[in-house]
Amino acid sequence: MSFINYASREINCKIVYYGPGLCGKTTNLQYVYQKTAPEAKGKMISLATETERTLFFDFLPLALGEIRGFKTRFHLYTVPGQVFYDASRKLILKGVDGVVFVADSQEERMDANIESIENLRINLQEQGYDLDKLPYVVQYNKRDLPSVVPVEELRRELNFTGVPDFEACATTGEGVFETLKAIAKLILIDLKKGK
Amino acid sequence: MANPQMVMYDEEFKLINGVIEKLLRESNSKVIFLVDKNGQLISGVGDTERFDTTSLASLTAGNIAATGGLAKLIGEKEFSILFHEGEKDNLHISIVGGRVILVVLFDSRSSLGLVRLRVKKASEELTAIFGRLMQKAEEKEKSGDSDFPFAEITDDDIDNLFR
Repeated sequence: MSFINYASREINCKIVYYGPGLCGKTTNLQYVYQKTAPEAKGKMISLATETERTLFFDFLPLALGEIRGFKTRFHLYTVPGQVFYDASRKLILKGVDGVVFVADSQEERMDANIESIENLRINLQEQGYDLDKLPYVVQYNKRDLPSVVPVEELRRELNFTGVPDFEACATTGEGVFETLKAIAKLILIDLKKGK
Repeated sequence: MANPQMVMYDEEFKLINGVIEKLLRESNSKVIFLVDKNGQLISGVGDTERFDTTSLASLTAGNIAATGGLAKLIGEKEFSILFHEGEKDNLHISIVGGRVILVVLFDSRSSLGLVRLRVKKASEELTAIFGRLMQKAEEKEKSGDSDFPFAEITDDDIDNLFR
C-alpha cells in the first residue's frame, strides 16, 4: 500500500514487475536506471545469483517530481521469475500498489507466460488482492526476436481483461518508459479515488 | 485489504522522532531507522547521512519478509527480533506493533543487552503512537474529512511528472 507522509510531504508507491524467468524484468529496471537523471534515482539493488539470475528481488527507487506539493516516489521491484522461487515472489507482492506483467513474446515461452500470470493471480489472492482491481499493465517484451507470437494472440492469451498493454524490447529500451508511465498513471488515478 | 494504507501526520511524526531520538541516546547507538513492512522509510535519526536510507529500508523489509516466511515454515507466527553481528557494527532489527520495523545500528560503545532493554521500552511507546495513528487515519477516512492531497489531481498533473 502506498505510504503518505504529511510530515515530510511525500507519497511512496510500490510497483512490482512480474513474469516468467528470463522475460526481461531486471532488464526493464536496468534500462530505467540507465536513462534516469542521477538526482531522480537511488541506487539499484540486485539480489542475484552468481549467474545473474534474480534470487530475491531487484529494487530501484525513483523520485518523479511533485504533485500538489507532494514528492512522488515510486519503488520498482522485480520478482525472481524461476518457478521454484515462489515463496520469495509472494513476499515481494506484499504492499504492492501496481503490477507490470512482462511477457516473453517468443513462441516457446507461451506456456511459461500463462503459468506465470496464473501464479500472479493466485499469489495476489493470498495477500488479499484482486488482480482485476489493482492497477495493472502488460508488456510484450522481446519484440525484436525472430520467433515472436503476434500481438493479437498474446493479447488473447495473456490480456483478456483488456488492461493497457505495450510492445517492448527492454534491451534497447523500446516500450520500457511507456510501460512505466502507464502503471504510474494508473496508480495515481487509483490514489485519487482515495481507496 | 490485508494492510490499510499507511498515513503519517505531523503530530505523530514528531512524537515518533522524539521516541527514537531518546532511544538513540539511551542505547548509545549510532543510527535508528523506522521502516514500514512494505519497505518504505518512515523516519531515521542519528548519523543517517552516512547511509543509503532508501536501500536500507527496502532490504530490511525484504529481510523481515524472508525471515517471516521462514518462521511460518516452522510453525512460528514471526521472528520479532533479528540480530546481525558484524566486525564493528551490529544491527538489531525488531517488529513494532505488528507492522513497523525498528532498526538500531550500534557498535562496541553499546551492547546487545543494553539495546534489547531500551528497544523493549521504546517499542511499547511506538506501538501506542502507531495505534493512535491508524485509528486517526481510519476516522478521517470514515468521516470523509480527508485532506488527501491527490483528491483534486488532474490528468495534466500526472502527465507533468513524465515530461
